[in-house]
Amino acid sequence: MLSIKNLQVSVEEKPILKGLNLEVKPGEIHAIMGPNGSGKSTLAHVLSGREGYSVDSGSAHYKGLDLLDMAPEIRAREGMFLAFQYPIEIPGVNNTSFLKKALNEIRKHRGEEELDAIDFLGLIKQQMKLVEMKADLLKRPVNQGFSGGEKKRNEILQMAVLNPTLAILDETDSGLDIDALRIVAGGVNKLRSADNAFVVITHYQRLLDYIVPDFVHVLSDGQIIKSGTKELALELEERGYDWLIEKAESQV
Amino acid sequence: MIDESKKSTSNNDENIAMSDEQQTIQNITDQEYKYGFTTEIEMEEFPLGLNENIVRMISAKKNEPEFMTEWRLRAYRHWLKQTEPKWPKLDYPEVNFDDLYYYAAPKNENAPKSLDEVDPELLATFDKLGVPLEERELLAGVAVDAIIDSVSVATTFKDKLNELGIIFCPMSEAIQDHPDLVKKYLGTVVPYTDNFYATLNSAVFSDGSFVYIPPGVRCPMELSSYFRINAAKTGQFERTLIIADKGSYVSYLEGCTAPMRDENQLHAAIVELIALEDAEIKYSTVQNWYAGNKEGVGGIFNFVTKRGLCSGNNSKISWTQVETGSAITWKYPSCILKGDNSVGEFYSVALTNNYQQADTGTKMIHQGKNTRSLIISKGISAGKSNNAYRGLVKVNSKAENARNYSQCDSLLIGDQCGAHTYPYLEIENPTAQVEHEATTSKVSEDQIFYLNQRGISTEDAVGMIVSGYAREVFQQLPMEFAVEAQALMAVSLEGSVG
Repeated sequence: MLSIKNLQVSVEEKPILKGLNLEVKPGEIHAIMGPNGSGKSTLAHVLSGREGYSVDSGSAHYKGLDLLDMAPEIRAREGMFLAFQYPIEIPGVNNTSFLKKALNEIRKHRGEEELDAIDFLGLIKQQMKLVEMKADLLKRPVNQGFSGGEKKRNEILQMAVLNPTLAILDETDSGLDIDALRIVAGGVNKLRSADNAFVVITHYQRLLDYIVPDFVHVLSDGQIIKSGTKELALELEERGYDWLIEKAESQV
Repeated sequence: MIDESKKSTSNNDENIAMSDEQQTIQNITDQEYKYGFTTEIEMEEFPLGLNENIVRMISAKKNEPEFMTEWRLRAYRHWLKQTEPKWPKLDYPEVNFDDLYYYAAPKNENAPKSLDEVDPELLATFDKLGVPLEERELLAGVAVDAIIDSVSVATTFKDKLNELGIIFCPMSEAIQDHPDLVKKYLGTVVPYTDNFYATLNSAVFSDGSFVYIPPGVRCPMELSSYFRINAAKTGQFERTLIIADKGSYVSYLEGCTAPMRDENQLHAAIVELIALEDAEIKYSTVQNWYAGNKEGVGGIFNFVTKRGLCSGNNSKISWTQVETGSAITWKYPSCILKGDNSVGEFYSVALTNNYQQADTGTKMIHQGKNTRSLIISKGISAGKSNNAYRGLVKVNSKAENARNYSQCDSLLIGDQCGAHTYPYLEIENPTAQVEHEATTSKVSEDQIFYLNQRGISTEDAVGMIVSGYAREVFQQLPMEFAVEAQALMAVSLEGSVG
């Protein structure tokens, strides 16, 4: 589903990703862990098409399409979703109408009929239960006046409504208390299927207690220096990143 | 205490890297103006230029009583002594007032008695504009007075309104049929000596709408006028007068369009509102005059004087304007709060793109006790345009416990436009409470990307962000016009972001 080969990315001439490789198949959950500044968020941004990054070499294909060649809205319409680390506020734009517009853009792209207001409200009410969100948040402007936890839940609600094929969660756990974390993770688990895949970017192991990954990758200085199963995350929790980084450096 | 503060922000000062957004922005300016057609109708025009004879001809053409002719001539003579104001933050070539036609009308010697007598070409024009002239539109609850160039061509639902004693007719007709009301109120809010353009209008106005709501009557439908400039090189000078008698209510909406022409066209209108005791007037404008092309050629020069007088106690006047058109906009819909406990409101969205310039705002003059005013102004600048808010809050010495709240926001799209805020405060009574808030923001790359990432194109994203920003004002518009106004904003912004 997602195939990244030797991806090298720089920001303002400064190399951030230095030859990253990753294969994600349908039904899989991949966790990407790593210390601050290792390139985790850069990876999320480059995959979703954010401006300001220059791809120096390598490739990224999604469902066989050249991902790096597609406009961000086309990637989204093709079923790619980024849960933002810092969800953006859009003053005055109603949360529900925003989400309805987004869903209908995706449906139009797929050649499906657009949902009318009544059908859409039915869908959104059902999906809201997944994230235990208060109904009045739907009437408010997008993310405006939301608490940190409400913003993250709103991201997961959007994910549930848009039902992506590939979802990238960029530090969705940061700033969440344990209850919110459980709700957010529960939402992800309910959406999980044999046809979709998740890339979960996180700094801490604790999210992975709730979203159990098939693979764990350690990103350091723009490269994946170790891949393993969920046990690797537990080991990292216990020993930190340094031993891995030192080991990787001694191999150079 | 007089406090005159100026705050000017220009996007050029900000070092925000946004090269891609810029590109996008440059692409949005390509949208064609969809009202830019002209209509082939035989027109009657007076000779070029302005002199006493032309003023007399206009008055005679309208078969006006002596008092009107004299009033016009006094205005004309006063106008000769005046010069164009230079204080607005507007840059435009001098208008040659001798090279304009001051009267143009669809050729039809006798005013139409019913829609059947109106030139079918003209009706087709209004059809294209989406003006509901047919009686069946009664269901839509909008009564329309349509004014093309200088003459009012049809007023719908007159009979229905008559039953309630409501007068809604062309100004020229009101002068004939209701001279007492006209004589009593015309020029009482905007005197003919008021300002250069208002004085010119007083001399040469050819038509406009007249509304009178009798005591205690709540007008059951939105009243609406639709202004259209069609003839080339023609100035349009309409004059609207609305009187809400004691305890009455009326909501009025005006819409404006013009053909695309290479030369600039002059529009200098006057609107006077008078609210007596316990009366309320809500006046909404969706202004979409031709703005000129993306190089800044052509477009309407819109110099308008709009003022409301809350003459009675507990009266209320509310202005809502959505200004997206015109090459130049110069207008300050204002309220004189004379009656005790009277309320003035001003809600404005002014959008400028390409080379458009707007200098707009309001004046709230507090004279009565416990008077309140609210100003919500949302400026949106894109392209190479300049958008200025200019507002005065004045509290007279006898206006005990006056309160004002002003919020003036500017939104910048791209880095080649400018937003300017000129708030003036003149407070002569120590019990006054006056608050002013101003913000300047940009459509951020983060916001656009967030919406992109949810499958929404950049153009739609900018439209959504701008509509969200202006929502407080759109909410004030009657429902059907709010939808129209939002669509208009999206069209006006097309090409400003790609």
